[in-house]
Amino acid sequence: MSVLLDERTRVIVQGFTGDKGTFHAKEMIAYGTNVVGGVTPGKGGTTHLGKPVFNTVKEAVASVGATASLILVPAPFCADAIMEAADAGIRLVVTITDGVPAQDMMTVKRYLWRYPKGRRTTMVGPNGAGVISPGKAMMGIMPGHIYARGPVGVVTRSGTLGYEAAAQMCALGIGQTTSVGIGGDPINGSSFVDILALFEQDPETEAVMMIGEIGGPQEADAALFVKENMSKPVIGYVAGLTAPRGRRMGHAGAIISAFGDTAAEKAEIMRSAGLIVAPSPSELGSTMREALRRKPSPRVMVPQ
Amino acid sequence: MDIHEYQAKELLAGFGVPVPRGGVAYSAEQAVYRAAEIGGDRWVVKAQIHAGARGKAGGIKLCKSDVEVRQAAKELLGSTLVTAQTGPEGLPVHRVLVEQALPIEREVYLGLVLDRKYERIVVVAHPHGGMEIEEIAHREPDAILREVVEPAVGMQQFQARELAFGLGLPPAQVNQTVGTILGAYRAFRDLDATMVEVNPLVLTKDGQVLVLDVKMSFDDNALFRRPNVAELRDYAQEDPREAEAAEHDLNYVGLTGDIGCIINGAGLAMATMDMIKHAGGEPANFLDIGGGASPERVAVAFRLVLSDANVKAILVNVFAGINRCDWVAQGVVQAVREVHVPVPLVVRLAGTNVEEGKRILEQSGLPILTANTLAEAAERVVAARNKARAA
Repeated sequence: MSVLLDERTRVIVQGFTGDKGTFHAKEMIAYGTNVVGGVTPGKGGTTHLGKPVFNTVKEAVASVGATASLILVPAPFCADAIMEAADAGIRLVVTITDGVPAQDMMTVKRYLWRYPKGRRTTMVGPNGAGVISPGKAMMGIMPGHIYARGPVGVVTRSGTLGYEAAAQMCALGIGQTTSVGIGGDPINGSSFVDILALFEQDPETEAVMMIGEIGGPQEADAALFVKENMSKPVIGYVAGLTAPRGRRMGHAGAIISAFGDTAAEKAEIMRSAGLIVAPSPSELGSTMREALRRKPSPRVMVPQ
Repeated sequence: MDIHEYQAKELLAGFGVPVPRGGVAYSAEQAVYRAAEIGGDRWVVKAQIHAGARGKAGGIKLCKSDVEVRQAAKELLGSTLVTAQTGPEGLPVHRVLVEQALPIEREVYLGLVLDRKYERIVVVAHPHGGMEIEEIAHREPDAILREVVEPAVGMQQFQARELAFGLGLPPAQVNQTVGTILGAYRAFRDLDATMVEVNPLVLTKDGQVLVLDVKMSFDDNALFRRPNVAELRDYAQEDPREAEAAEHDLNYVGLTGDIGCIINGAGLAMATMDMIKHAGGEPANFLDIGGGASPERVAVAFRLVLSDANVKAILVNVFAGINRCDWVAQGVVQAVREVHVPVPLVVRLAGTNVEEGKRILEQSGLPILTANTLAEAAERVVAARNKARAA
């Protein structure tokens, strides 16, 4: 199994006919993703990459049964696109766009809560690489071929550091169930905790790699969640050991402004909550290998 | 993006928030003129820099005559002010704010932030102003008052009233304070701020409630729709290299080490810097060249990194996903040929077509050291730096 996404998921792309939409939709289709169409307001009724184009997300849901949407529209229009998808009943919205205003995200999250839990949209991103379930499907901008099928769930803020982690694991023969890029913004659709909870429930995921960075309370919240709710080993890393206080390190959310925001503090919080913290970013793969080796097989695990 | 105190006060005044009478001055003459405009017999001349703790550093001067105003402005303008928040290099003072001096009865703290835990705007208040909020939070965490604003309806009167009463303000000043809090909230929301910190908000002996000092920061991602905020940017308060990087859509942060870094992706950049530290080095900068490592961008990146005279060696680390390594390698080779690189250079490529990329680097005839892993790259660049230092 995998979380969020598999080969049956019916995916559309919002911003389908733009340069980015076209490029990444092609890559996704080539990877085997079940792309059933796309949305570009004003181009409804045409075909693009052999798939139907719709004016609205509601039409895409009605005509081709879309359940997931990858959003590749420019930042100023992103919040609107996400809310449109949620209102149309899309179950998974993955937003890649960098540069979405933080207050737009505040509004979007409030909007998503207006739906009862049973039909609420799961949102991933923005400013992340997307979601990939190796060998099945991908919704995002990652190079699909660096991932392989296997037992590890990956959740990461950073795109390229997530690639690095996947590559290190694959070099040791360790594949992934799903890799989720939650993005580098201060307010994002899904938190580390949201994704960890999915991996805990997924029978095929045996261990989780969680890659955070400086800034914000999410890594500490996740550490507490792991301590209280997870039976699977979680390997953690927090990037940004050398980051000075008060400076934004590329990602809008990567800034040390409050107590507990530094990489050292977060790593310590993770360690004390029972996570295995990789000693350096070059040891993500080897730390995971060690954790999988030490972990008893789930079948022989006795309930405590 | 940060702005100056006087700019923040002008913005807040536009939302009905009472601020002291005052105005900005770029010269000593203008400062005297401002004082005359304001009237009275006591003025404060405040250095305008993008950092706090100015008072203790001599950046705020109380003046009792126009001669003193002139003198204070003359001393501050053109100087470099070093405060506890600027770092040892300080910040240049090109503008001063001349304000009426107030008879202060009481100081309180008022702050609005986009809180990352609540993912909402949170208004924070404390009965003692003038101190750092972190210090307050540390010393008397229970005395901090908080109101979380529901984004769908915005801040309500009762929330502001609860804060005002919670601060123990005299009933006569509660209405004024409520107006100030709601005005600051509207400014926050309408201007896409990320922080408004009124520290302190003062009660004067004659019963007024005024913003004595204020800091405002704005969401860079929202500046496209806030042209009136974007135009307040003061490049003189920023590292010129960071400003140049921003012009090329690159993310650069200058640091104090001597190993230059050119990396794609913010997370990988931070991780690579961590690795350099593990290997015994210190990074000279953070630099994310983004997804498309085109030769032009790589060349700009080299120029930026080399404009820091401390740089003794450079590490390029690119994880090529959508872009292939051979293409990135060609970009690096072209950039190194174009830009004179007088320090050792280590390049680590990973991802798509990595072998082809390495071959291009090796066959270029350029003195480029290559590395296969993150650890190897960090060790090589630190060794090269040590050798360059010894030479």
